[in-house]
Amino acid sequence: MYNPQLNAQGQLQHLLSIEGLPKRILTDILDTAENFVGVAEREVKKVPLLRGKTVCNIFFENSTRTRTTFEIAAKRLSADVLNLNVSTSSQSKGETILDTVNNLIAMHADMFVVRHQQSGAAHFIAQHVPPHISVINAGDGRHAHPTQGLLDVFTIRKYKPEMHNLRVAIVGDVLHSRVARSEIHALTTLGVPEIRVIAPRTLLPTDVEKLGVQVFHNMEQGLKDVDVVMMLRLQNERMSGALLPSSQEFFQTFGLTPERLALAKPDAIVMHPGPMNRGVEIDSAVADGKQSVILPQVTYGIAVRMAVMAILGGGNAA
Amino acid sequence: MDVHSAPPLMTLPDPEQLLEHLYAQIKPRIQENTALVGIYTGGVWLMERLLKRLQTELGHDILFGKLDAAMYRDDYAQRGLKTSAHPAYIPFDINGKHIILIDDIFYTGRTTRAVMNELFDYGRPASVQLAALINRGGAQLPIRPDMVGADLPLQAHQSFELAMNTLGRLSLSISESASSAKPGVDDHV
Repeated sequence: MYNPQLNAQGQLQHLLSIEGLPKRILTDILDTAENFVGVAEREVKKVPLLRGKTVCNIFFENSTRTRTTFEIAAKRLSADVLNLNVSTSSQSKGETILDTVNNLIAMHADMFVVRHQQSGAAHFIAQHVPPHISVINAGDGRHAHPTQGLLDVFTIRKYKPEMHNLRVAIVGDVLHSRVARSEIHALTTLGVPEIRVIAPRTLLPTDVEKLGVQVFHNMEQGLKDVDVVMMLRLQNERMSGALLPSSQEFFQTFGLTPERLALAKPDAIVMHPGPMNRGVEIDSAVADGKQSVILPQVTYGIAVRMAVMAILGGGNAA
Repeated sequence: MDVHSAPPLMTLPDPEQLLEHLYAQIKPRIQENTALVGIYTGGVWLMERLLKRLQTELGHDILFGKLDAAMYRDDYAQRGLKTSAHPAYIPFDINGKHIILIDDIFYTGRTTRAVMNELFDYGRPASVQLAALINRGGAQLPIRPDMVGADLPLQAHQSFELAMNTLGRLSLSISESASSAKPGVDDHV
């Protein structure tokens, strides 16, 4: 089957979504990321792999954190980094996506990191760039956010190396969450046997069971004996219509409190992709508690993004 | 690479004896501030063997580390990143230390260059020396081992393979690549 992310040799050419990537590729990325974790602790926090390359962060949708972590990752690989906030720039003047991209290609960019509010935007760009350029999807609409999914499974593997023996719960706004989709595909591909989603019916996609997950509408049942609790952000900016009565009511029913966390295994870890809505999906006592690995996720996110860029950026020369 | 076993063109030495020879050269160079740094994979095996014996005979702990240098190689643009790379392990402050790098086969010198570049990103060592079990000839850079177990010239299409069995015993063989070998893109460069 044709996979736009792989080249003719079956190597990663673009990272657009986790769906459709073989386990071998995911494992390669995670193993490579292990090598980059220590780079930040050295006197010189840089390796020379992307020296002389230009990485372009094209953000059609704002995201300070994701852009910053991609920027740090590229700089730790010695790349030059260009940040384009297109939402406030050319597009408001009427330029098309391809015109923006073609201009950057004319400036000899080597890699594009793309975030867009429309699903499929990164795929579209990947189909139009010459073969020596790689595209990384940094979030497209409700579709995918593959580096977030990868950093989440990397974090899980760090704390719970026996992936084939885990029970993982994903909690909250699955409907609007590209993070949840990427997480589910990554966990499934890596052989996690039990993935639960816990959410009100209004915040679940209709065909969610087809992704191979068990559905719960009740925190008390869904959290029982899980090893990992992955919280999702309540995406107020994507809500339309009356999906939820109020964020206070959401916290009453689906907020992660210390009492609810106590139903999970005693050594369960708590994750959140950020930015957190404290008191909406997660209680501060949990977010700052000893089971929280939310800040390590950020640190590991840089190593994982370095790994993706390093794998994409090499082996292109004749 | 398409590799098949070939009849040995020379009587291969026992790597255990070469290690003995290397040990005799390294031992007098150990000072208080010396650290042994093995280069993956074979160099790490050798480093661990040498370290154990040196600590026993000298009666004190010796600093040690392990490097892969996959992130510093000069063939990244051609070959991409090695997926089987190992994380660097340098658990001590490099500044002011006398580093002895340990590799199994010395060939082009490119691995040594990459490892030295990585080492200097940790700090400024007082000195760096290179110990190799075998120098097979073919250096492409002004880098040579300071200590060797043996000089054994080899043709470009051949390479030495060092192996270690489950009991920790080393063995040596020669493999031949069917395609025309490109020096500098081989694993033992």
